[in-house]
Amino acid sequence: MTVSVLYDVPGPKARRRSVMTSIVGTIAIVAGLAWLIATLAGERTTVAGATLPGLFDPSRWDIFNDIVVWRSLGEGALNTLAMAGAAAALALVVGVLFSFGRTAASPGIRVPVAVLLEFFRGMPVLLMMLFALLVFSTGTYWAGVTALALYNGAIIGEALRAGISALPSGQREAGLSLGLTPVATRFLIEFPQAFRTMLPIIVAQLVVLLKDTSLAYIVGYSELLRTGQNLTQFFGNRYAFSFFFIVLAMYLAMNLLLSWVARIISHRTSSRGGALVAADASAEQLPEGVGGVDAGEASRR
Amino acid sequence: MSAIIENFPQLVEAFLGTLSLLVLSGLGALAIGIVIAGMRISPAPPLRAFATVYTELLRNTPLTLVLFFCATLLPYLQFFPGYYPLAVLGLTLYTSPFVAEALRSGINGVAVGQAEAARSIGLTFGQTLRIVILPQALRMVVPPLINVLIALTKNTSVAGAFFVFELFAAARRLANARGDAVITILLGVAAFYLLITVPLGLIAGRVEKKVAVLR
Repeated sequence: MTVSVLYDVPGPKARRRSVMTSIVGTIAIVAGLAWLIATLAGERTTVAGATLPGLFDPSRWDIFNDIVVWRSLGEGALNTLAMAGAAAALALVVGVLFSFGRTAASPGIRVPVAVLLEFFRGMPVLLMMLFALLVFSTGTYWAGVTALALYNGAIIGEALRAGISALPSGQREAGLSLGLTPVATRFLIEFPQAFRTMLPIIVAQLVVLLKDTSLAYIVGYSELLRTGQNLTQFFGNRYAFSFFFIVLAMYLAMNLLLSWVARIISHRTSSRGGALVAADASAEQLPEGVGGVDAGEASRR
Repeated sequence: MSAIIENFPQLVEAFLGTLSLLVLSGLGALAIGIVIAGMRISPAPPLRAFATVYTELLRNTPLTLVLFFCATLLPYLQFFPGYYPLAVLGLTLYTSPFVAEALRSGINGVAVGQAEAARSIGLTFGQTLRIVILPQALRMVVPPLINVLIALTKNTSVAGAFFVFELFAAARRLANARGDAVITILLGVAAFYLLITVPLGLIAGRVEKKVAVLR
């Protein structure tokens, strides 16, 4: 921790104080958690006067013995992954196209692409989904995929552009002097390197994309959250919390797994990076420091 | 175009709804974020652990899920201060870890040599923090914080899907009412969003350039 350099080596007094803070902090946190669990576990009286069993009562969890429940939840998760997968693949393509247009030599291409990119980056994904759904009547799946691909493609495009502009100019000159066309130089020499430096940001953006698929719930795609809600409606409100917990756990499992992969990649590729950004695992979610990229927007969700 | 002009008052009201959501949950997230960031770099391990778990948990939960919890499960638990406060609560909770991470990366981003130099000329801990570390950290933190706010602006649209009246809800309502002018309505609403996000982005870019020169 860099903070340690701020203090002297703690003496007996400081050490006692830090132990005290630790104890008080632990007690406060444990007490808070205990209160939360007790409240959740306690019986509850509804406005109508009926008593509901606590959240950890077996009667709220018995449906999970049924394989059918798990099968529909699995289907919901698969739908989520199907949308995320298609959108991720398309977002990469869109990102390459965007960065290609954004670095074009002619301003006739560069300026409109820049405007378009700002437009896509500044708009809520949800609004884009609604747009695709209502205007192109694509169906909910493709509405979600299109919106996610365009939005995340715009951000990946900016990241790639920053990666390209961070390359030494000799790279491009060497390619051109070998007789490659400008396009070939870009694809054979510049893009591979930009991809490599920007890989952590790109993977972090894919985590964002996976999380954003839950927006498709709002336009009516039956992904994981929607499946959980449908099941709640089918089995009754007493299971609302159980389904919420299970859905939450499934999302966390998927996202934490991807975040973990992102962290490994960012450690592997940024070993030569400056201490300023790379020192910190959060750099992959808030990568504002890398080459002046505006990809801090990756933090969107 | 007539669809926009006819419903302009409604759109302005929706825009104000978005703005107020942004301001309230932005302030809330800033407050919680500062506390969490403080816990994250505090010398007491339990506080650090709590802050880490809080950050990782909320950062990896989709916003839709957080708002779903606030809008449907909290009322079920007899906690119902109205949908608007619930929406603010959800957005605040969801945004706070991003604020905390931005603040922390700013403090981590100050070169170690700075602190060493400050200590070697005999500044105390308080002086080091006040004179050397925090001014640099704050300056570095402004652009990512603005990016968090831009993200929050767009995220308010999700709150609109859960019973709060703001731009997205207005878009949906107007598009349903005027099926003939869907494109105009949606583009009009998009323009309102860009009215917030684009200027914020420009400010972030400008501050970032200034900071870059200083390094």
